[in-house]
Amino acid sequence: MSATDNAFQTALTLVLGVDPALMGIVALSLQVSLTAVLIASLLALPLGAALALWAFPGRGMIVVLLNALMGLPPVVAGLMVYLLLSRAGPLGQWGLLFTPSAMVVAQVVLVLPIIAALTRQQIEELWGEYREQLSSFGIARWRAIPTLLRDARFGLITVILAGFGRASAEVGAVLIVGGNIDGITRVMTTAIALETNKGNLPLALGLGIVLLLLVAVVNGAAYVVGETARRRLG
Amino acid sequence: MVVKILGLGLGLALSLGSQAQDNERYITLASTTSTEQSGLFDAVIPQFRDTTGIDVHVVAVGTGQAFEIARRGDADSLLVHDTEGEQRFVADGYATERRDVMYNDFVIVGPTDDPAGIRDAETASEAFSMIAEAEAPFASRGDDSGTNRAELRLWESAGVEPGGEWYRELGSGMGQTLNTAAGMDAYVMSDRATWVAFDNRQNLELLFEGDEALFNQYGSLLISEERHPHLKHDLARQWHDWLLSEEGQRAIADFELKGQQLFFPNAE
Repeated sequence: MSATDNAFQTALTLVLGVDPALMGIVALSLQVSLTAVLIASLLALPLGAALALWAFPGRGMIVVLLNALMGLPPVVAGLMVYLLLSRAGPLGQWGLLFTPSAMVVAQVVLVLPIIAALTRQQIEELWGEYREQLSSFGIARWRAIPTLLRDARFGLITVILAGFGRASAEVGAVLIVGGNIDGITRVMTTAIALETNKGNLPLALGLGIVLLLLVAVVNGAAYVVGETARRRLG
Repeated sequence: MVVKILGLGLGLALSLGSQAQDNERYITLASTTSTEQSGLFDAVIPQFRDTTGIDVHVVAVGTGQAFEIARRGDADSLLVHDTEGEQRFVADGYATERRDVMYNDFVIVGPTDDPAGIRDAETASEAFSMIAEAEAPFASRGDDSGTNRAELRLWESAGVEPGGEWYRELGSGMGQTLNTAAGMDAYVMSDRATWVAFDNRQNLELLFEGDEALFNQYGSLLISEERHPHLKHDLARQWHDWLLSEEGQRAIADFELKGQQLFFPNAE
């Protein structure tokens, strides 16, 4: 009981005290996860839409594969990216291992399947409604993609937030490819794991509460933007 | 709106890139969790940085994983605690030099009521025999770390083949193993630094210490330039030499936690 009480106190002091080390960790967490989600979205939204619109040989396999990869364990993603970026690996000469960029790559691997698979589902439903109308205007399928993505945007915001939730919550991948280096690659989740290992449970839980608040703020911001836009459009 | 978001993303990506290039004068050091978690590096690295202008990025993992990182050429320098493994690493041509830097010792901790009675043991291997005989729960790292390797050598010297219900291989770091041992009232062997720094002791206390067999030597290695020409060998040698220098040795001796000196310099 006292550990939990201490944790709330610790969390409060952490947030109010504006500890510079903590601010650095929070900033890096946001930077890495937001960059990863942005890159993953730029690739996965068109990919998901394309999978919804075209039937081609092997499409079913890709859909199943993406759905399966939604459950990819972060440690496995981390290990794959580690072997890829390690000096002994194919992309070793880029020297990205143990840098924030490596953490972005690992999180893109984790987030991309989620956004692509859920986008495909959303766009497929919309395409069912729009199909006749759009084809009667003689609009080619690839030209319909921007329209579909635009009209599905409220649903897609939720999809992207699901990706962000995954990115900011995982610890296994960033720990392996980032190395949890103090001041360089230490993010919220790896800091929590470290404090747990030190037996400093109140601080670990306090950091956890801060992480939860952070994710809530990002989700709240997305909700407000979505609601405002929806109201403006009537 | 879309343009703004894209711009923001580009800015984020660019600032990540520039962060990485900000400070080219750094080395990546693969080391063990005991040195990092006790706070030794927080005390020692700033002094090294002040003297040389070189920063040290510590990746703290188990000794087995640290060897693997160095073997693949992903770290410029290596500071671990498994003398046999280190000598093999040199013999296999992955490192060109290995030097003693400092030592501390392992301790055996366990539940306060000490069901196996190891408080009365004369030697560490006797304590281990008593635990095995009583079949009292024992939490092992089970992760091929330096501590795990030292623990397995002790079982061997006690003539015990550890296994069975009471012997629990956790496959975790030192801190996590202590957390679990505290939760199930198990005996556990820990390096002294992690134990002193550890806060979640619950019912655990230090029961056995002081045997020579519990000696824990740390060594610094210079990675082979021939095998990994891309590494920052010049900077890594400065770190290696500084650790062995009078200044570095004093920095190690001066580090205290909770009023205790945790590492004892012994470079020759």
